[in-house]
Amino acid sequence: MKVLLALILLVTCSACSGIQPWVKPYERQFLADPVMQFERDPVAGAYTEHVYQAREGARGGTGGGGVGCGCN
Amino acid sequence: MAATRYWLAAALLGLCCANAQATVLPEERADAMYHRYDGGGITVDGPSLLVRKNFKETVSVSGNYYVDNISSASVDVVASGASAYTEERTEYSLAADYLYGRSLFSAGMTVSDENDYEASTFALGVSQDFFGDLTTLSFGYALGQDDVFQNGNDDFAESIDRHNFRVGLSQILTPRMVMDFNYELITDEGYLNNPYRSYRYLSDPNDPAAGYQFAQEVYPHTRTSDAAGLRLRYHLPWRAAVGGSYRFFTDDWGIDANTFQLTYTHVLYENWTLDLKYRWYAQSQADFYQDLFTNPSQDEKDYRARDKELSEFQDQTYSLYLSWERPLAVRFADRARVSFQYDWIQFDYDNFRDLTQTGFTTGEEPLYDFDASVYKVIFTVLY
Repeated sequence: MKVLLALILLVTCSACSGIQPWVKPYERQFLADPVMQFERDPVAGAYTEHVYQAREGARGGTGGGGVGCGCN
Repeated sequence: MAATRYWLAAALLGLCCANAQATVLPEERADAMYHRYDGGGITVDGPSLLVRKNFKETVSVSGNYYVDNISSASVDVVASGASAYTEERTEYSLAADYLYGRSLFSAGMTVSDENDYEASTFALGVSQDFFGDLTTLSFGYALGQDDVFQNGNDDFAESIDRHNFRVGLSQILTPRMVMDFNYELITDEGYLNNPYRSYRYLSDPNDPAAGYQFAQEVYPHTRTSDAAGLRLRYHLPWRAAVGGSYRFFTDDWGIDANTFQLTYTHVLYENWTLDLKYRWYAQSQADFYQDLFTNPSQDEKDYRARDKELSEFQDQTYSLYLSWERPLAVRFADRARVSFQYDWIQFDYDNFRDLTQTGFTTGEEPLYDFDASVYKVIFTVLY
């Protein structure tokens, strides 16, 4: 089993070694647009999460972008 | 008392991996929000104030003050014959980020206080950019410690310990598309049920017409859950973006849940931004949930729950957000923004009956459903 894992890791690494970052810094103007943010209002995003988590059984896995403010 | 304090840790973990798309310090800002929830006989409103200040381009410090003013005459309260009640919850958060090269280290704490529940959460996080800054990997851990009390019973004092572990991966896929994956493991140990909530059981197991009785819920003392979420966002050829997300949730209480969300963001006349969102959520019920039990619990391992959040149900949310932003010609601020957000949520329960409806045989009452409106007004200054 360990040999198999090592083999998979080796193949994966050698396959990835030729891959270079495919989006250059000067190609990121659209990504920098505020409309691309998952949550533009962190206070409101955290509050919305709170509304759901108080009324649904599920929790977590929603990402940090929406609550990245230290606010609830 | 609120049903859960999980979200304290969630918010704090979010803080500790603040900007998932790139390892940079968060934007300096001040936000003042008024929030209001109105649905199912419950009204919650209050303010939230956030201030974030950066120092020497390597340190960011933020503080948040948040209040919930709760007025509840929910179906649970009315059905149990209890009186409507009001209470207030106050919460303070303090957090700091330190940027070192392509790494962002974060720490924070939150304390929450209400008359029968006290919660403290401590969080640590780190995120790292690599692969030409196309990839950001983040890790977070939060420890929550809650103390549970019961109004009118000075002898009641219980506690909960909570651990959150999170891994996040953000990836720039194309010049117009980003992806965000998150996995979160949460464990709880302690007093996990609500001391005020009851389940119901038949007075005579062989005769539903004899009616039912209430008894205090009996919950397991541990809970472990896994959640994995994937989000995508794509910039359209015009000044707009579409987004989609999916989350799968499962726990050892038997609840499985799926969440889908679609969003569309559109910039109007440079200064106005419109957001339209649709969210769909569905879950199965916990193994020990029933709307009506045949017999009462026999011992502390014979679990009983009638919390509708543990039942099988679906909800759908329709959202409309509108914000207006303009530059400021003052020394201490760059921009100001005003946002209004409205969410309309429909809840439909498959196995939770409305006991406020009278004239029905026990176990044949109408299934419960309700609509809720959520309002948020936010004033923001970016500096």
